[in-house]
Amino acid sequence: MATKVYGGIAVEVDDEGFLKKATEWTPEVAKAIAVEVGIPALTDKHWKVLEFARQDTASSGQSPGPRRIVASAGVSMKELYELFPKGPGKLVARVAGVPKPKACL
Amino acid sequence: MENATRKLAIICSKGSLDMAYPGLILANAARMAGHDAMVFFTFWGLDIVNDKKVDHLHMSPLGNPSMPIPAMIAGLPGMEALATRMMVADMDKLEIPHVREMLENLADAGAELYACQLAMDMFKLEKKDLVPQVKDVISAMDFIDKSEGAQVIFV
Repeated sequence: MATKVYGGIAVEVDDEGFLKKATEWTPEVAKAIAVEVGIPALTDKHWKVLEFARQDTASSGQSPGPRRIVASAGVSMKELYELFPKGPGKLVARVAGVPKPKACL
Repeated sequence: MENATRKLAIICSKGSLDMAYPGLILANAARMAGHDAMVFFTFWGLDIVNDKKVDHLHMSPLGNPSMPIPAMIAGLPGMEALATRMMVADMDKLEIPHVREMLENLADAGAELYACQLAMDMFKLEKKDLVPQVKDVISAMDFIDKSEGAQVIFV
């Protein structure tokens, strides 16, 4: 297990860079991870998606895949891919500080 | 972690419901993970993007040893429709989108969908007969060119 420093905060991450503990997440951590995955600035739409991912994971126990995000977070599939161009399937979860989604859709 | 640009090229050559999903799901998964994905629909696979057929893809229980139905019964009239209905119902329960929606999602996700020119000629189809998500009708040689450097999956 590795520790990384994002936005001045030390967090535990797994082999693929996902936060081990959602409780260690802060908006500052999110901003720093976003930069690392090629998103220089998080917009309101990014935050809407990230907040949904965190809430949904907390309530359902599973990180949402793109299909679930699009159904509930108020962004279209096209927008979601524009917001996270290097792959929303993984990157929403990474920036939101929740585990890698098991969803295939 | 983030590989440079991994690229998947998937060939869909079968038009039955159970053969449509694997290729589409894999292409979608590639885009979810941030990799390039293209899908080439050829032969019976063209049914998947044929506007008139896409909502009526079937699966056959015949010749399928995985189906829990004796072969003699599997060939009876109505069994194919029944097997198809059961599979669609199971997929609906899991909220798996129907094929038309899968194609829309794929195009929105930036996957490139292509139809095979020779198969189009064989089945007397034109571009207007296909769903609008198909980017182009291309030859086998075009596919080889476009899939340069890609990992190819044949379904």
